[in-house]
Amino acid sequence: MTFRGTSLSLAFGLILASSTSSFALTEISWWHAMTGANNEVVETLSKEFNESQSEYKVVPVFKGTYPETLNAGIAAFRAKQAPHIMQVFDAGTGVMMGAEGAIKPVADILSMGGAKFDKSLYLPGIVAYYSKPDGTMLSFPYNSSSPILYYNKDIFKKAGLDENNPPKTWPEVWEAAKKIKTSGAAKCGYTSTWLTWIHTENFAAWNNLSYGTNENGIAGTDVELKINAPLFVKHFQELADLAKDGTFRYGGRTSEAKPLFLSGECGIFTESSGGLGDVVKSGMNYGTGQLPYDPDAKGAPQNTTPGGASLWVFGGKTDAEYKGVAAFFTFLSRTDIQARLHQVSGYLPVTLAAYEETKKSGFYDKNPAREIPIKQMMGKAPTENSKGVRLPNLPQVRDIENEEFENMLSGKQTAQQALDNAVKRGNAAIKQANGQ
Amino acid sequence: MASSTRVTFPNKFLPYLLLAPQLAITIVFFYWPASQAIRQSVLREDPFGLSTQFVGLGNFKRILSDPNYLNSLQVTVVFSIATAVIAMGFALMFAVMADKVIRGKGIYRTLMIWPYAVAPAIAGMLWLFLFNPSMGTFAYMIRSAGYNWDPLLNSGQAMLLVVAAAAWKQISYNFLFFVAGLQSIPKSLIEAAAIDGAGETKRFWTIVFPLLAPTTFFLLVVNTVYAFFDTFGIIHAVTGGGPGKATETLVYKVYNDGFVNLILGDSAAQSVILMVIVIGLTAIQFRYVERKVHYG
Amino acid sequence: MIQNNPISRIVAHIVLIIGILIVAFPIYYAFIASTQSLQDIMRPPLSLLPGGHFWENYTTALFGGIGRIGGVGVGRLLINTTIMALAIAVGKIIISILSAYAIVFFRFPGRMIFFWLIFITLMLPVEVRILPTYKVMVDLGLIDTYTGLTVPLMASATATLLFRQFFMTIPGELVEAARVDGAGPWRFFKDILLPLSKTNIAALFVILFIYGWTQYLWPLLMTNRNDMTTIVIGLRKMISFADADTEWHLVMVTCILAILPPVLVVVLMQRWFVRGLVETEK
Repeated sequence: MTFRGTSLSLAFGLILASSTSSFALTEISWWHAMTGANNEVVETLSKEFNESQSEYKVVPVFKGTYPETLNAGIAAFRAKQAPHIMQVFDAGTGVMMGAEGAIKPVADILSMGGAKFDKSLYLPGIVAYYSKPDGTMLSFPYNSSSPILYYNKDIFKKAGLDENNPPKTWPEVWEAAKKIKTSGAAKCGYTSTWLTWIHTENFAAWNNLSYGTNENGIAGTDVELKINAPLFVKHFQELADLAKDGTFRYGGRTSEAKPLFLSGECGIFTESSGGLGDVVKSGMNYGTGQLPYDPDAKGAPQNTTPGGASLWVFGGKTDAEYKGVAAFFTFLSRTDIQARLHQVSGYLPVTLAAYEETKKSGFYDKNPAREIPIKQMMGKAPTENSKGVRLPNLPQVRDIENEEFENMLSGKQTAQQALDNAVKRGNAAIKQANGQ
Repeated sequence: MASSTRVTFPNKFLPYLLLAPQLAITIVFFYWPASQAIRQSVLREDPFGLSTQFVGLGNFKRILSDPNYLNSLQVTVVFSIATAVIAMGFALMFAVMADKVIRGKGIYRTLMIWPYAVAPAIAGMLWLFLFNPSMGTFAYMIRSAGYNWDPLLNSGQAMLLVVAAAAWKQISYNFLFFVAGLQSIPKSLIEAAAIDGAGETKRFWTIVFPLLAPTTFFLLVVNTVYAFFDTFGIIHAVTGGGPGKATETLVYKVYNDGFVNLILGDSAAQSVILMVIVIGLTAIQFRYVERKVHYG
Repeated sequence: MIQNNPISRIVAHIVLIIGILIVAFPIYYAFIASTQSLQDIMRPPLSLLPGGHFWENYTTALFGGIGRIGGVGVGRLLINTTIMALAIAVGKIIISILSAYAIVFFRFPGRMIFFWLIFITLMLPVEVRILPTYKVMVDLGLIDTYTGLTVPLMASATATLLFRQFFMTIPGELVEAARVDGAGPWRFFKDILLPLSKTNIAALFVILFIYGWTQYLWPLLMTNRNDMTTIVIGLRKMISFADADTEWHLVMVTCILAILPPVLVVVLMQRWFVRGLVETEK
């Protein structure tokens, strides 16, 4: 076509069709959503892999937030320009699984690389979440994390609380939070990131409650939400009550509450284990504990579920390219790489070997917080309530839940109303996503 | 009409050549995708395009009966009116003041126009940085004064914040037009009124303001269009449509349904509705502009 | 002349100064934040005077390490954004002045059809039809090219409309005179129309330069490679939405760097900008 840049490229000598001369190399594109320090980790890993061999070149590309990355990947797939590897967040897992024609299971790819794929090498809780009901691992867990409790030891001391004994149950958290607020040790007692992931999805798993039918969607896409059951209602009503006088402070739908804890405004904080790095960096006197559970729930604490993201591989590429992907995943699984990733970034190790090695090195003695999420996830064999939540449209359902929670926390509705609405709207949205 | 009596060049071939670049770009990058959007709006499809089903007007029916859609329509109207009124009100006030002063006019103008150059996404970030309850300095001051500032949960405050950011960016533009409008008012009219003994305030409301009506109307259309479409970056950065759905405008909903929730059919149907709205607004503005050119 | 009384003039100055404080404050505050350390920013309230970290922050942002933005320096992003803004501005001006010229100064079959074909696109923002447009871009192989970043954004009729309106105010006698002198369409365009349009072109240049500079969703989708993206996107990449910390002091430096060039363009070209803007759009 005549207009393709003719007049412009004439006008600007600067407009150069930038060329990448890569004849011998097979390029593997990797779309991801990592920002800040985590972006650097992605760059470093790719660089190290590229320098470690001469056949493949991994090219990482930032595509925006998690939802933006997922969307860009899908749009690219529809346009037959999908990347080789795409990072998809936990909530997008159901979306990807619904597209069997579009993706290639990681289990197949790893065996293509020559190395035999042995599932038992990987952390069972994480692998289970990223596998089909028949056990085939579909995506490669890259950054996994689980929610844990953080608290500010200085504020605890000021409030007359035991700084070496973090609250273990929700009622204990509420008590401590009230004490922090009334004693004036801090302006707010408790805050949390991700109400959906921590107080709904993980609350269900950790207390062995059903989030939805069909094993929370793991066994099938037809799901009816169960999050308006009495224990959920009680829990959220307590949160809503604490929000009234600012004992609990809402920070936002995702990680926006973090500064509230880092600045010392709130004394107790629940957040992903991946957030540890920032807490350490802030130089505060902090302590960590397991995610609190509800003592009224039978069998609690059960186990928490992984959050974070995994790497999916698109279908329709050449064998040579898949071999490159396999080589890269094998590189990522290497014990030394995994151990380092785990220790540096705070994400969970993907392989058991990396966990063992970290343990042997005495790392957890110095950094006990790093082991909490692993213990939370591996403590008990998962039940049908605690393998994780997988919906064909989990991002949308989370949005619905967030909207209802916000209307509840601002006093416009009770917890019962909020959760009933969330179930009703969520079920309708799931039906629509399933094409019914 | 004026256009039919214009003197023109006789040439059979040249005009097509001159029009070719614009037409080519418009067809390839506008009409082709727009037709795709219309096609998508009558289909139901999974995100990956692996299965497709024709549903006729089903998507439109569902949207138009969805309380959330009607809510976002209402949000859009409130947001647009508030943004336009605030941005224009402040701009008019500043312009009237600038018209009065003798010294420093240029400096005031220079300092007044720079927000025009700030990207909406960045404007949103700047305001969020000031008023974010967890680290914003202003938020801190408001809270210290005992006022419960929490735009994360309070819908009214959230709306206030996005309106403020959106209006802030638009003040510069409105200011320039009002200044020009004021300058074009014949001074003799105002002098005559002054001789008749009309005070400053009276002069403004009886003479100046009515004479500014064309400018005001033009700006109203421009500001409405701006609030409808160009504020996506601001809402994206500041509230993400929340709390609840309190700041979810029509364009934000198109983005959210299509790009976040991946309901392509619904999103496409909303795009088509928006296109119709835009074409309507364009027609209004265009008629007005035509009048200006012919009789102005 | 009506003599404004001095009190009302003083009031006017005060109102204007308050207005400027409101208008300029967010940007000033971003500058303040860009000279502070991260710790200070995280603990409000922030001082209203610049902090002592100016050089440190700016050199880190400009030359620091492997780069926060996928190994690409801020300089490269600024160059990309400049190219994008310039190409959109110049390209759109050339394309629209030609088509407006055709529509106003020629009579030919299908003129009104073409006219409406172009003008219906007047205000439809790219956000509304972005998914199908993206597919078109991929089919044409324009991802990660400057052509892809710029040409589709020229598909809007605003500039054409402005030129058309301006051309319609040019008296027919001028055309007649030119024709009597034996000047063809090209000479008329070059010797009469272009010089007359100077102000309009300058104003449009400013408007379109800013339009191109401030694009957000488009470059995000159109570029896969970090070294092809723009400063606004780069800024977004620095703000953490996942688990990593956001280095607000460096974000604010980048903010200032992203705001500065378009502000300079507006301020330095304000004379033409203001005149053109007001004359053409009204």
